[in-house]
Amino acid sequence: MTYAASFYLAAPEIILSVAALILLLVSAWMPKASRAVTIAAVAALFGAMAWTASLLFDPAFAMGGEAFGGLYSADGFAGFAKIVIYLATIACLVVTPRFFDARGAYRPEYPVLMLFAAVGMGIMVSAVDLVTLYVGLELSSLASYVLAAFLRNDGRSNEAGLKYFILGALASGIILYGMSLVYGFSGTTSYSGIRVAFADGFSTGALFGVVFVLAGLAFKIAAVPFHMWTPDVYEGAPTPVTAFFASAPKVAAVVMLSRIALDAFGAQTDAWRQIVIFAALASIVVGALGAIGQQNLKRLLAYSSINNVGFILIGLAAATPEGASAVLVYLAIYAAMTIGSFAALLMLRDNSGEQIETFAGISGLSTTKPALAWCLLILMFSLAGIPPLFGFFGKFVVFQAAVEADLIALAAIGIAASVIGAFYYLKFVKVMFFDESLSTEPDGEAVIADSPSGHWVVLGLSALLMSPLGYLAIPWLVSVADRAASALFTVI
Amino acid sequence: MEFPILSTMLIVPLVAGIACLFLPAATARLTALVATLVNLALGIALWLNYDIGGAQWQFTERADLFAVFDYALGIDGIALMLIMLSVFLMPICILASWDGIQKRVGEYMAAFLIMETLMIGVFAAQDMFLFYIFFEAGLIPMYLIIGVWGGDNRIYASYKFFLYTLLGSVVMLIAMMWMVNQAGTSDIPTLMQYDFAPGAQTWLWLAFFASFAVKMPMWPVHTWLPDAHVQAPTAGSVILAGVLLKLGGYGFIRFSLPMFPEASAQFLWLVFALSMVAVIYTSLVALVQHDMKKLIAYSSVAHMAIVTAGLFAFNVQGIEGAMMIMLGHGLVSGALFLCVGVIYDRLHTREIGRYGGLAINMPRYAFFFLLFTMASIGLPGTSNFVGEFLALAGVYEVSTWATLILTTGIILGAAYMLYLYRRVVFGIQKNADAAAMPDLSLREWAMLGPIAAAVLWMGVYPESFLAPMRADIAALEVRLARAAPAGDSGLAIGQPRDHAANYVAGAHAEGSVAAEGAH
Repeated sequence: MTYAASFYLAAPEIILSVAALILLLVSAWMPKASRAVTIAAVAALFGAMAWTASLLFDPAFAMGGEAFGGLYSADGFAGFAKIVIYLATIACLVVTPRFFDARGAYRPEYPVLMLFAAVGMGIMVSAVDLVTLYVGLELSSLASYVLAAFLRNDGRSNEAGLKYFILGALASGIILYGMSLVYGFSGTTSYSGIRVAFADGFSTGALFGVVFVLAGLAFKIAAVPFHMWTPDVYEGAPTPVTAFFASAPKVAAVVMLSRIALDAFGAQTDAWRQIVIFAALASIVVGALGAIGQQNLKRLLAYSSINNVGFILIGLAAATPEGASAVLVYLAIYAAMTIGSFAALLMLRDNSGEQIETFAGISGLSTTKPALAWCLLILMFSLAGIPPLFGFFGKFVVFQAAVEADLIALAAIGIAASVIGAFYYLKFVKVMFFDESLSTEPDGEAVIADSPSGHWVVLGLSALLMSPLGYLAIPWLVSVADRAASALFTVI
Repeated sequence: MEFPILSTMLIVPLVAGIACLFLPAATARLTALVATLVNLALGIALWLNYDIGGAQWQFTERADLFAVFDYALGIDGIALMLIMLSVFLMPICILASWDGIQKRVGEYMAAFLIMETLMIGVFAAQDMFLFYIFFEAGLIPMYLIIGVWGGDNRIYASYKFFLYTLLGSVVMLIAMMWMVNQAGTSDIPTLMQYDFAPGAQTWLWLAFFASFAVKMPMWPVHTWLPDAHVQAPTAGSVILAGVLLKLGGYGFIRFSLPMFPEASAQFLWLVFALSMVAVIYTSLVALVQHDMKKLIAYSSVAHMAIVTAGLFAFNVQGIEGAMMIMLGHGLVSGALFLCVGVIYDRLHTREIGRYGGLAINMPRYAFFFLLFTMASIGLPGTSNFVGEFLALAGVYEVSTWATLILTTGIILGAAYMLYLYRRVVFGIQKNADAAAMPDLSLREWAMLGPIAAAVLWMGVYPESFLAPMRADIAALEVRLARAAPAGDSGLAIGQPRDHAANYVAGAHAEGSVAAEGAH
């Protein structure tokens, strides 16, 4: 394979890296140009997305697309994930500026860091070698640590950044240790090589390596029992950053985990399946129970994301092409729901510019801001997985994959536990619709400020996709996801 | 291609419902009324065009819209009757909320119209997953109806309603997925003919039972119903009792019985036992209620117990009777809730003790209330008599003991209903405010009149309602025949007489089936 071909396949990352480096220089010399830099970053992301889409629908590459001598793969699986990641990053950039502007803290470094994170995530999902994986993971993680602490003068933000950094670094170390064991017992770092080396089963040492790698990755996707950092970091980080954490990096980490589990360790599914099943059920239950007592909406959404990861892992536990396709479909739906919910959260601020972050602040929202309340209603029922909203379809495909893989007990326990989760999503609706509005000023005027159109576009699109109209997209979404998932299973 | 009438019936209320969200109160009311009347007209057209004795599935529509499952609609006689019940009750519900609901009218009407779409969808769906989506989706509008426009304890009731019914249903989804994976299709008519292994049937039956028993509701999972009924606004109670409770029975008739005949026979004892407990226990509980709505809610549970027993009698009488009770109860309990609503609108209390002697100042109201009370008891000539008689006759073939206990329930039913009627309508006028209440308005006449007519029609000439369902129930019986239990009544079929006892030569050419059933 020539370098030209490799560069062609890796062009989305190259576009984003070059754009990020240029914009970094721009921001160093023109610190006031944050708006222009944001627009340029969004344009770069759109460019990378268009390139990825052209690769995804190009039959020559959809099934393989190995580049750089087997370090990087631009197959359909990665392509699907990258499009979701780029779209999520764009949506996050759209809803960000007003939040920081209100604190006078928006600087052009922000979109640049987002671009670097996007590059890292692209590499993560395309990695077919442990070394590439680690490089991508660290690039996106380091950018994320800085983003979490982006409000330099805010104690909570700093605390979140530090917590995230220390625990993230610990997890990276665990992954690296696991990788060294896997490398030591297989003699190679490439996924295909590892697969061949462990075709007859894991030795005890290699099994330790696998467990360490999976545990570290479970930390990155915030699966129970490695979820403790999530509520604190999500609550402390600035809200737009939390929106980003809950969407794009989660998609990247889950896809990376799926690829390593199904490709590198794909010959020994029984060896890791029980770990995934445990993490899935524990995440569903702990995520749901933890959310019930929360008053802070960001913390609640953090638990909600833990809960959702549990459902995604059920699809992974199936370890079939249907399961992998279900993971992708769920991720796409989950990312849209999460971005929409956080966009709505960002729109909740009073006239003095303070963000509203608790249940008390949104009581009676349906009378003061009906459009916002109805969008949130759709998103919350969708997150709860109640038909006819589109979130149901995400749960539907993962459970169907589990049933087809004969994991009926897992599916039954998982879906029964999802009822616990419905409880706190209902609380959102109850507070907005059933409770009287407390937040009216003496003259009866609502205190929730108006929102710029960018927020409405993101929220409206996400609510529209989650409404029953989203079902019309099923044939297209399923066929693309199926093709993407089959790419993972044909390359052996 | 013929006119897609079922899709139209789904779309009309949906579009009107979305429009209502943006309309001011007065226009929203009118839009809702017009939309529900249009749907009623479409429903009548559906009934008139239904070919009795024709194909089992009529008005079928199919479109491969969703890849993993089909948009497939179609009805048989059973679904037709339940759709008729839904479209008949909807305009009445809108009328019932005309003055009672004053806040957020547009959203209220939207919730009801979307509810109508979903109810018709449940009965018309021919794809199992499509059925599930409509079945579950109904939770959202009902949750909002109870929670936003309900009584003082509405939040507790709405949560209980939502979580109870959701927990019941989710396991059914897993069972459905397993069945579809096994049979390779999600088409309901095909699955109704598919023979699952008896061992698997046991589990599948239990998974479906968890859902339908909660919806029905059967003792001991009925506790959500009294709370939901008491807290819901009047029209919400009417829909809940009139149509939503029928989803459970429809589920048994459409899924549990034809798809798992062996398992149904295996769990016969369970269904009968729960039904017997329910009919005695809830009747006794109803007897001591002080809240009118709660009393009627418990009476619903008792009536539904006779439905479940009739369904699991494995014979034509039992199933026909169960269907007739479902239709009759839908009308009668809906009407009783409307009667409660009429006086609740005037006095804003459901406390039985606050009323008394209403026959003096509200004679027309007393007349309607009496008619529906008698219908609820099962007086011959009203809808419920036909159903209860047929269902009990069916159960008798299987278990004489069960029949004995279920019939006791009917006596208790007479006790609590008459006791309620005496306390509210007869006696002295204890309270001046209750004595000053005006009689029925024109709007209330328009609500109660049609239901009264339908109740009498169903009681006097049930053939109109039984005819469309006859072939489908007969087909179901054939399907169940291989698992039918022996029964302990040991009925011996004798020689029919040539003529009825009161035969006068030349006066009657032939006796009608309905006449035999009614006497």
